[in-house]
Amino acid sequence: MAPPRPVLPEPPPRLWRNPDPKRHYEVVIVGSGGHGLATAYYLARNHGIRDVAVLERGWLAGGNMARNTTIIRSNYLFDESAALYNHALNLWEQLPAELEYDFLFSQRGVLNLAHTEQEVRDSRRRVFANQLNGVDAEWVEPAEIAQLCPILNVSSDTRYPVLGATLQRRGGIAKHDHVAWAFARRADELGVDLIQGCEVTGFETDGDRVTGVQTSLGPIGAGKVALAAAGRTTLLTDTLGLRLPLQSHPLQALVSELLEPVHPCVIMSNHVHVYCSQAHKGELVLGAGIDAYNGYGQRGSVHVIERQMAAALELFPIFARAHVIRTWAGTVDVTPDASPIIGATPFENLFLNCGWGTGGFKATPGVGWVYAHTIATGRPHPLNEPYGLDRFATGALIDEHGAAAVAH
Amino acid sequence: MLLIHCPWCGDRDETEFHYGGQAHVDYPENTADVDDVAWSEYLFVRDNPRGLFHERWTHTAGCRRWFNVVRDTTTNEMHPETAGKVAP
Repeated sequence: MAPPRPVLPEPPPRLWRNPDPKRHYEVVIVGSGGHGLATAYYLARNHGIRDVAVLERGWLAGGNMARNTTIIRSNYLFDESAALYNHALNLWEQLPAELEYDFLFSQRGVLNLAHTEQEVRDSRRRVFANQLNGVDAEWVEPAEIAQLCPILNVSSDTRYPVLGATLQRRGGIAKHDHVAWAFARRADELGVDLIQGCEVTGFETDGDRVTGVQTSLGPIGAGKVALAAAGRTTLLTDTLGLRLPLQSHPLQALVSELLEPVHPCVIMSNHVHVYCSQAHKGELVLGAGIDAYNGYGQRGSVHVIERQMAAALELFPIFARAHVIRTWAGTVDVTPDASPIIGATPFENLFLNCGWGTGGFKATPGVGWVYAHTIATGRPHPLNEPYGLDRFATGALIDEHGAAAVAH
Repeated sequence: MLLIHCPWCGDRDETEFHYGGQAHVDYPENTADVDDVAWSEYLFVRDNPRGLFHERWTHTAGCRRWFNVVRDTTTNEMHPETAGKVAP
């Protein structure tokens, strides 16, 4: 008998006010996705800065936050990445109690499959690196994988047989919309103004200082401006003549019809390139990589999702007759080293959080924490110090291409 | 899937092509005089416009030649550069 499907939490009766913007704020955050909301929350909670506005051109958390595949993990290869994402994972574990909001963080385990001998070596290396960095990680053989995820095809007669996998038991999924609403509600309670339908179109400047933002609701002054605009970051920085190493690409995902609970964990495969989990409600959620070309159209190419579905079917023969209900695309900002940029700009009171590419959701509380620190103190937190814009000139890149357990 | 016009082979599916990013990014002159910031700009920084973009594609599964197009990054409408389309 299939276990009962969990019931989604009811949103609280009151989530946030919808205030008119004031003329001036101590801090203006551009973009009310998960990162913008978490940053506002930690500015208020950790630093006592409550004169904050989060400006959103559409509706709250309606951009990439509403489009992501909700996977949370911290099994990154490099020290800088492991530290940042594991900080986030530690926060994820305490946030439902702290925010008094059950957003269904489900630590069901994340398996990253290896299909070639080289991938086995790379994966085992990542497990050792994770363990040295205090990230929970194990190497598991096909027999154990079959026990962890009985619907996965681990037979040896497939095109790319499963030779093993890394397992992070603390990884899992969370209900992304509810995460945003949980942060938004608390930020609002602490005095942050969440302003929807307010598109930032440019900046007010005085020399090398930014004095405010131009918006569809008129100019709003700001002591500090913090960008959290994901794929649209360069459209804003271009207005300042500030050129960033970012390219915006479509990233597609899809869901199936609702099914009984059949998929107990998260499966990611770098080699055949698909990742799949089953949402709380019952949809299979599948993602893959970005489309090759730049694009702001929020739609990608059919052959990309055709390949990811073919890969998913090879791994999960049971999905053969599941119907696709919905496909969609977000616009993600990709850096040359597949790591984000968090920190200062040449404008002394303008801060950057961008370049998360395909993986920003899992970092939400962690980046909110360090970005709030950076904005409040004017200096990077030790965890985001390596993520400065200057690394592209110094050469101290954090090259997570491939190493990050997913191809970008 | 995009339908891309190869100047030599005609209209073909996107899967036959490989994307090459921004067109007309020239290798720096006087390389010994180029400082780290300028190298960084050449290596890592490209335009990222919402709208018309001059970019390169190669017909990997066909004639294997490179060519430039102007594409609108919102609508994906593509034109040969010779059609007089210019980036804003």
